[in-house]
Amino acid sequence: MNIKNGKELLKICKEQNITIGEFAIRQEMDESGMSFEEVYEKMLENLRVMEFSTSKGVNEKVISVSGLIGGDSFKLGKYLKSQKSVSGNIMVKAMGYALSCSEVNASMGKIVACPTAGACGILPAVMMTMKEEHGIEERDLIFGLFAAAGIGAIIAQNATISGAEGGCQAECGSAAAMASVAVVEMMGGTPEMCLNAGAIVFKNTLGLVCDPIGGLVEVPCAKRNAAGAVSALTVADMVLAGIASKIPFDDTVSAMYSIGKLMPEALRETGIGGLAGTKTGKRLKKEIFGDKETKSTNKMNDDTFDDSFKTSDSIDL
Amino acid sequence: MIKKYGVFDIIGPIMIGPSSSHTAGAAKLGKIARGIAGDEPRKVKFYLHGSFSKTYKGHGTDRALVAGILGMNPDDDRLRESLRIAKEKGMEISFSEKDLGDVHPNTVNIEMTMNDGHVVSVTGSSIGGGAVQISKIDEEDIQFSGNYPTLLISQRDVPGVVANITKLLYDAEVNIAYMSLFRSQRGKDATMIFELDQNIDEKILGELERVECVDHVRFVPLSSNIINYPISQK
Repeated sequence: MNIKNGKELLKICKEQNITIGEFAIRQEMDESGMSFEEVYEKMLENLRVMEFSTSKGVNEKVISVSGLIGGDSFKLGKYLKSQKSVSGNIMVKAMGYALSCSEVNASMGKIVACPTAGACGILPAVMMTMKEEHGIEERDLIFGLFAAAGIGAIIAQNATISGAEGGCQAECGSAAAMASVAVVEMMGGTPEMCLNAGAIVFKNTLGLVCDPIGGLVEVPCAKRNAAGAVSALTVADMVLAGIASKIPFDDTVSAMYSIGKLMPEALRETGIGGLAGTKTGKRLKKEIFGDKETKSTNKMNDDTFDDSFKTSDSIDL
Repeated sequence: MIKKYGVFDIIGPIMIGPSSSHTAGAAKLGKIARGIAGDEPRKVKFYLHGSFSKTYKGHGTDRALVAGILGMNPDDDRLRESLRIAKEKGMEISFSEKDLGDVHPNTVNIEMTMNDGHVVSVTGSSIGGGAVQISKIDEEDIQFSGNYPTLLISQRDVPGVVANITKLLYDAEVNIAYMSLFRSQRGKDATMIFELDQNIDEKILGELERVECVDHVRFVPLSSNIINYPISQK
């Protein structure tokens, strides 16, 4: 994207009286040389995969290749039908959809990286929940996705969206900020309100480390996706109520980047520190990979992987 | 360096999980390697370095690499069954850990034995977000991304060869996005790499091969159309 930061984005949106989504789609047309229909269609393809990855885990038990996670989205789906939820249908649905994407991802199913595979549940969960619970139409969903992508590009250009570089705050934090921006825009908020949403989400996710068990995109990633989706929706409510962020969006992005740089390597997707370094984290890793990671007698070395794997029981946590 | 991202770098790619670098990037590496080899190999040895060797099973890196060799894209639903498909086709596959030296943590050396027995070796790294970099073909150190249709020309390092080749591309109205020249030693073998804005046809490839001092020409089309892999429905 040919734009420096959020401040410049706001200025352009104001001058031209356009939304962030409209700005992002125009930028993409300019840079790629594609027509409106072509970029729209390309984003629609992403939306269709999101529809698949959010629903699959709710409708059937999806178990990861390692067996470490799975079936949780299915549980939330059943729970939703019981109509007894504490936080309401929208939240339960969003969490279920986010978990579904993470489970599909970990079972080697099809997902859209947004912005990464590790954080692939947040934006799709929020978009599908908005579609179903607030009746957002396809065209508005597409523009919402463009708004989210535009914000994501600003984050990536000024900071990072990689867990190895900036921790989970850079992956799930960025994804939740993007999703919150999309929600505010789809609900008719101004570009300024959108950036407030992005800023508040970052403020609530700053410092989040990337500490996956065994280096796998499973624990705690799946549940952090659920938490990210919730954060995106609740922050959107704050902003739509008129609440602003004291710290502007661009500052929260640079704070996220500088915190990422200060993070020790053990907490940046190496599977060494944090949860991965706990007694349980190490035990689980051993159970999955065996004593020596390349030994051929353990579970992960079954190279005749097929559907029998999918139905195997997950490791008892 | 100024980082620049497009909207589809942020939302996308559509891929088979779980990891853009360990799964999607690995599939892309496999597919480019096959493109370089020019055909489906009979036997493939994968030498995995660093993070690739430590976590390849958990991220499905093995399945992704083989899927790429079979011609699949990173979003192909059959990716997770690639090992079985390769077995059914009688392709010999092996994986081993190897220290490839001072390279990116996610690096693999792919050694492909073709039907006629000759061996093609390709080394490449998955550098994040599904992006890859090819760093070695056989013994030649080179560099390209696979994001463009790529023309690789081995030649003797004498003056004028580059001019003759670019003239030929100019006449064929082929636009060059990036170009680089790698040589082992002055006057010895050199490799030229052209990353192009469009695919080129057999006719131009033939003409390029006839240019004086050109040893051989390889062409790697954009990864999505390297090959049409026949769907096995057993």
